[in-house]
Amino acid sequence: MEKREFHVTAETGIHARPATLLVQAASKFNAEVSLQYQDKSVNLKSIMGVMSLGVGQNADITITTDGDDEADAMSAVAETMKKEGLSD
Amino acid sequence: MRAMLKGIAASDGVVCGPVYRLVDPDLSCSPRSIKNLDYELKRFHQALDAATSEVETIKTRVTKNLGADGAQVFCHQISMLKDPELVKHVEQIINEQRINAEVALSRAVAQLETVDQPLQDNPYLEERLTQLHQVTKRVTAHLLGVKLPDIALIDHPVILVAHELVSSDAFPTDMSNILGIITDLGGRVAHVSLLARAKGIPAVVGAQTATTQLRDGETVVMNGKLGNVTLGPSSAELYHAKVTMVKQRTNSAKLAEQTNHGTLTKDGVDVLLAANMETAADLPAIIQGGAEAVGLFRTEFLYMQTDSLPSEDEQFVAYRDILQKLAPRPVVMRTLDIGGDKSLPYQVAGQTQNSFLGARAIRQSLAHQQMFRSQLRALLRASAYGNLNIMFPMIATLDEFRQAKAIYNDERSQLTAANIPLGQIHVGMMIEVPAAAILADRFAQEVDFMSIGTNDLIGYTLAADRTDPDVAYLYQPYHPAVLRLIDSIIRAGHAAGIPVAMCGEMAGDPIAVPLLLGMGLDEFSMGANELGHTRELIGQLKAHDLASLVETVLNSASTSQEVITMVQAVAPNVVN
Repeated sequence: MEKREFHVTAETGIHARPATLLVQAASKFNAEVSLQYQDKSVNLKSIMGVMSLGVGQNADITITTDGDDEADAMSAVAETMKKEGLSD
Repeated sequence: MRAMLKGIAASDGVVCGPVYRLVDPDLSCSPRSIKNLDYELKRFHQALDAATSEVETIKTRVTKNLGADGAQVFCHQISMLKDPELVKHVEQIINEQRINAEVALSRAVAQLETVDQPLQDNPYLEERLTQLHQVTKRVTAHLLGVKLPDIALIDHPVILVAHELVSSDAFPTDMSNILGIITDLGGRVAHVSLLARAKGIPAVVGAQTATTQLRDGETVVMNGKLGNVTLGPSSAELYHAKVTMVKQRTNSAKLAEQTNHGTLTKDGVDVLLAANMETAADLPAIIQGGAEAVGLFRTEFLYMQTDSLPSEDEQFVAYRDILQKLAPRPVVMRTLDIGGDKSLPYQVAGQTQNSFLGARAIRQSLAHQQMFRSQLRALLRASAYGNLNIMFPMIATLDEFRQAKAIYNDERSQLTAANIPLGQIHVGMMIEVPAAAILADRFAQEVDFMSIGTNDLIGYTLAADRTDPDVAYLYQPYHPAVLRLIDSIIRAGHAAGIPVAMCGEMAGDPIAVPLLLGMGLDEFSMGANELGHTRELIGQLKAHDLASLVETVLNSASTSQEVITMVQAVAPNVVN
């Protein structure tokens, strides 16, 4: 299992566009990918789940990947976070 | 059976074709108990797949026209259709409650909505719910075996029939399959009418019962000049419509040939003929139509095509491309004018819905400066790439103009300090609020140019909502009160030595053009499809003879009808 913390720097937080891209990235892998924010954890392959969190600017989130391709899944998600300007 | 539907003539032309109604079908459903669960689950997945492939089609077509950013919302919908948690939840309800898929889906969605209740104020969640409802409707339609229409799904030439077309529905695809437009609501200057005229698509609006009287697929003949629709046309009427359609195409080709020679009156007065513009998609029509300038670029459409606020850089690129493509023509870009009949598909600070008298345009910009400042920076940065001028909409008081100008100067000096190259920019205002029209001589001392926005000026002067068909008769561009206001604005501008333009529908109106020429209007800016006729009309008029017509009209006309009679008496062969 891999676990990584991110600090959301984007002014608009994780809104529709980056959320869609994060879900698309996570869905490419077999590993279970989850996003934890405050006391809630959701499936990062579920757009409804991700958007229900309402992650705004300056939120601290934790992403966990678990499965045979967990390392690749984590780097794909991290790359999307960076590319979309969500986090450094 | 033959019948006639009467509406408001919104865009010229006669067409015949099959009706395509943009109306949601009845999607109500009631619970049924299910014995064969496997079959129900299969039915659910088939509907999901069919809905996904439809949204994929919409996405592909919209991307082709607006680029990937414009189609973003459909990527979002596709990821909802593929959401593993949502699918699992619906399957679970089917299995546990042994009910039909459409009801299971609506129960799953209802649960998601209740979960969100405490977070209602969050704009992202509201947006999510809007998209979720779209997706749910589409899947439900497939489960019920009915069609959910969408402009982007139209794949053959049709006459589009809708209750109302607001700006955010009206331009997702290239519209090449739209022969004509009929709406229940709207007036001559509603957004749909402006769009139809700009694209040269015949339109009848305010037809009240069009969506209920017309049937999908039935052939009708519509006349956008007379504002009527014939149901069950005779074969003679169909033949006549088809002949007219061919003639219309030949005429527009002929008018296009006469362009690019400048615009002169018969007695040699040079008039600046300009086009109004909404998106980069209007460029070919504007350039082919021979526009010498763009008198109004409505920047709000850039904001309406995306599902979130465009960044400063995104705006900069869009403005720069347009300026480069139009150079050396001057382009007047108007800062954001949302409100009235234009709203954004996402939430922004201070956005009010459908309020012509509320916090729209400059009022919203001054109250929520972050968006305004980022737009001004994008415009300023783009100014180095072409001939840019900026104007502020809906100015009612000098203080509003001064505040807006101060913010502009502030952003300008910051960019100058950072060594960003900037162009020569004139900063002007729209005159569309009667208070500003009356006080035009004072405004003229402080602005670089004035542009008369007649659609709103007429609406505000006659106190008539332009989207309300019941008061469409009050949209009277030739009302003597309106003409006196326009004349005094032009005089005020010229006394102060600044140019006065007009960027409303009236600038291309054959009765108004002789009067505006006589008043000395400097620039006529109109929908691209009006350029040809207007150039031809101006070429037949002598500006110097028209001053006395203006004097007679301003001094002695009491009604719109009297004005029309006076203009026709002076130029009987030209205007009819």
